[in-house]
Amino acid sequence: MTPEKLIYMANQIATAFARRPEDEAVAAIAEHIDAFWGPGMRAQLLALAEAGAPDISPRVLRAAERIRRPQAA
Amino acid sequence: MKDFILPDADFGTPARRSDRTVTLSIDGFEVTVPEGTSVMRAAAELGIEIPKLCATDSVEPIGSCRLCLVEIEGRRGTPASCTTPVAPGMKVHTQTPRVAKLRRGVMELYISDHPLDCLTCAANGDCQLQDMAGAVGLRDVRYAPGANHFETRQNGEANPRYMPNDETNPYFTYDPAKCIACYRCVRACEEVQGTFALTVEGRGFEARISAGGSDFLSSDCVSCGACVQACPTATLQEKSVIEMGTPDRAVVTTCAYCGVGCNFRAEMKGDQVVRMVPAKDGKANRGHSCVKGRFAYGYATHPDRILNPMIRDSIDEPWREVSWQDALAFTAQKFRAIQQQHGIGAIGGITSSRCTNEETFLVQKLIRQVFGNNNVDTCARVCHSPTGYGLKTTLGTSAGTQDFDSVEQADVVLVIGANPTDGHPVFASRLKKRLRQGARLIVADPRRIDLVRGPHVRAAHHLPLRPGTNVVLLTAMAHVIVTEGLTDDAFIRERCELDAYQDWAGFVAEGRHSPEATEQLTGVPAAELRAAARLYATGGNAAIYYGLGVTEHSQGSTTVMAIANLAMATGNIGRPGVGVNPLRGQNNVQGSCDMGSFPHELPGYRHVHDADARGMYERLWNVTISDEPGLRIPNMLDAAVGGTFKGIYIQGEDILQSDPDTKHVASGLAAMDCVVVHDLFLNETANYAHVFLPGSTFLEKDGTFTNAERRINRVRRVKAPLNGLADWEVTQALANAMGAGWAYAHPAEIMAEIAATTPSFAGVSYELLEREGSVQWPCNAAAPLGTPIMHEGGFVRGKGLFVVTDYVPTDERTGPRYPLLLTTGRILSQYNVGAQTRRTANTIWHEADVLEIHPHDAETRGIKEGDWVRLASRSGETTLRATLSDRVSPGVVYTTFHHPETQANVVTSDYSDWATNCPEYKVTAVQVAQTNGPSDWQQTYAERARAARRILPAAE
Repeated sequence: MTPEKLIYMANQIATAFARRPEDEAVAAIAEHIDAFWGPGMRAQLLALAEAGAPDISPRVLRAAERIRRPQAA
Repeated sequence: MKDFILPDADFGTPARRSDRTVTLSIDGFEVTVPEGTSVMRAAAELGIEIPKLCATDSVEPIGSCRLCLVEIEGRRGTPASCTTPVAPGMKVHTQTPRVAKLRRGVMELYISDHPLDCLTCAANGDCQLQDMAGAVGLRDVRYAPGANHFETRQNGEANPRYMPNDETNPYFTYDPAKCIACYRCVRACEEVQGTFALTVEGRGFEARISAGGSDFLSSDCVSCGACVQACPTATLQEKSVIEMGTPDRAVVTTCAYCGVGCNFRAEMKGDQVVRMVPAKDGKANRGHSCVKGRFAYGYATHPDRILNPMIRDSIDEPWREVSWQDALAFTAQKFRAIQQQHGIGAIGGITSSRCTNEETFLVQKLIRQVFGNNNVDTCARVCHSPTGYGLKTTLGTSAGTQDFDSVEQADVVLVIGANPTDGHPVFASRLKKRLRQGARLIVADPRRIDLVRGPHVRAAHHLPLRPGTNVVLLTAMAHVIVTEGLTDDAFIRERCELDAYQDWAGFVAEGRHSPEATEQLTGVPAAELRAAARLYATGGNAAIYYGLGVTEHSQGSTTVMAIANLAMATGNIGRPGVGVNPLRGQNNVQGSCDMGSFPHELPGYRHVHDADARGMYERLWNVTISDEPGLRIPNMLDAAVGGTFKGIYIQGEDILQSDPDTKHVASGLAAMDCVVVHDLFLNETANYAHVFLPGSTFLEKDGTFTNAERRINRVRRVKAPLNGLADWEVTQALANAMGAGWAYAHPAEIMAEIAATTPSFAGVSYELLEREGSVQWPCNAAAPLGTPIMHEGGFVRGKGLFVVTDYVPTDERTGPRYPLLLTTGRILSQYNVGAQTRRTANTIWHEADVLEIHPHDAETRGIKEGDWVRLASRSGETTLRATLSDRVSPGVVYTTFHHPETQANVVTSDYSDWATNCPEYKVTAVQVAQTNGPSDWQQTYAERARAARRILPAAE
């Protein structure tokens, strides 16, 4: 998946929880991504977050700290 | 195999529902029936069959044939038993010398104007006129030949009353010479189907049944078959019966088209289907059918069906026919080689929403146990995944809340993003019946669908919203309900989480969500929306039915939650007549989701994070199941392009035609080393396949389908698979070729494994289904006969959860280059990608997809009716013919996606639902312009497809 699309999808999730208080939203984003994204997508997102890719929403960046670390496949 | 030689019993008049009962005596036998029941039906319940011609229990009686006359003590004359209601203490005599004589006289008159060609008549042996002549003891017709309707010539001249057969409908004929003017067809068309296409022209001796003055094909007739079913003679007769003769056995099974899940009697002669007749005791369809299930089964024997396994090393080569053993060994070897080289996760599979629960369960088991990963997905990804997410979040379970019978008790029905008369026709007929009884209808749809204004049906409100604004519209409805104090506070207090409710109520009450503030966005007049919201909240039992117009959006999951919010806020959940009802697209979408087809879920919607659920399967299957979600379809394709995903097993699904971004799907498939397509036909996906495993039709296997109301219906094998193996046997053979050692002898054993491992299916067994006909899950110790209505005492999740539904507009925007919005849908005669229906005579109604465009938009582009137009979006372009229609609003265009030549998904965008990535099929910004014919891409594609479908003659 292109980084743009992956970031777009992560930001879409953040937007869906935008109205929630910061901490709650961050937890919800991480929980949603853990539940529905496979390890490959999560690894890609975490790498992008670590590399400081622009365009990632701040809440997704915070959520990235809590997202389950994928084990090596 | 279950055999019923006899037709379903006909009680003569419809059942009545009443709290009060009446006891009477018929021919000396006492019987107790609900108040309002006819004498005829009461007798039938005793097993006494009163002769009848114009009465049948699918329609209201009219008392016209005078054959069902009886004598009642203390009453004068001989009343018609069909129109006479029972009364307490009534003493009825059904067989007296007086009524016997009268009946013979009536029959004599009927027969005097009927051809006596019984021996060569298509209804021979299946004719109620014949039966009644026998029943009343008619021995003589004393009338001299005279004016009649059946002789072609009289006195050397053409008989002016004779009308030739109407053969225009591809599935049945109308032979006016055999008509006895009983009006059963006319009443069935009105009362059962609700189309009102048939009428009676002329009176008395001149009375003729007519399809509104035209032939059947060009009339309003929708070919549902209700009239054919009702006809007591050969006047309306299936062409298949004319050709083949009467059937000799019948097997009850379940239709494999839409999510209504109608039960049919497959009436057979040897291994040939003579006809499919809707089963009266089918709990979803109650004896009704549509043109697809009733007539469009010819694809099962279409010459295009591939009956032998085929392989090839590269997709440029022609196919080679091989034995099952060779094909499976080839596949197993390739799959294992890929895994050795690229890892366990380099292969995966797709389950089919057209196959049975048992087959779907086996495919996900193959992937989880034998492939050893969670890389399983299903086509529900592209249709109802938001329903799963949205309803699970708010109510606690991923399914509709009601049974279809529930609509009979609805007072207000909100239909949003669904077009039931085309997509779910039998449900639509049941809905229209309720509407004709006075229930009121709200339609929220960009198009003026047929339900908005039809014969004897008028929507109280049509809210023609702009595509993509469902959330705004529903939140505005909630705004009205909350700010005008129309909420059901007692229900909310008792059943829902209060903090979340307060939060939600505060949100929807904000002024920016009012109908007035959002009118510009939705295009729906505020006053109309307010009135609709008030009606929904205060009109009595209110039910919501929705379809893919809700789910296939960027905000699909949000919209589903907005729907659940409305139902909870007004207390419209947890009893008959109300609820939240997704109309499922395919026959077994519900079932394929239930059976663990998603990469993050084991059967019964248990997340792979759930160690207990994993543990159960790990012990049973003797493997380790990963607690990581596997790849979804788009991820598999991405990974294929990236070189890490190399093999896929696709059962009964044409992802190239039905999934978004056709070119991306094609490049993903092309990048794989082993694509296995298991299907009836060489579908579009098969152009990229290395192995083709022939599939079996629903007529050729045992199993179960689960319909939109969670009803588990039996599918029964009526003939041997033409390809040799049922689909579950193919999956089993593939698993065993990979070393699994499975030994299922019958799908009942697979169901036993499902029941043993899935709490909501714990009580389901083939014995139970045999006994009950069907059950709705959850079916377990708490609900041994299943659950027609969910959330009755409390929500499955405990307390109902209101979720704030912020509107996030799609990034698919119109602009100067793409000023129009394209939305897509279905047409009655065709089904989904059309693989089945295009291979039947249904094509007579829909040969090609056309683009509906408003006359205003057409005029500014110089487009005329029937012109070839180019439909272009940011993603791609295609061409098709235009039709001018004011059913769409200016600015909106509409098409169907039943034909591969159209390739509507070349045009649709890459945007998807935020929660589930269900693609946004329903909103694409497009431009439309005149053109000369098919696009280059369409032509290249057609050539490629032809080349990819070459088959070498079998090697000896």
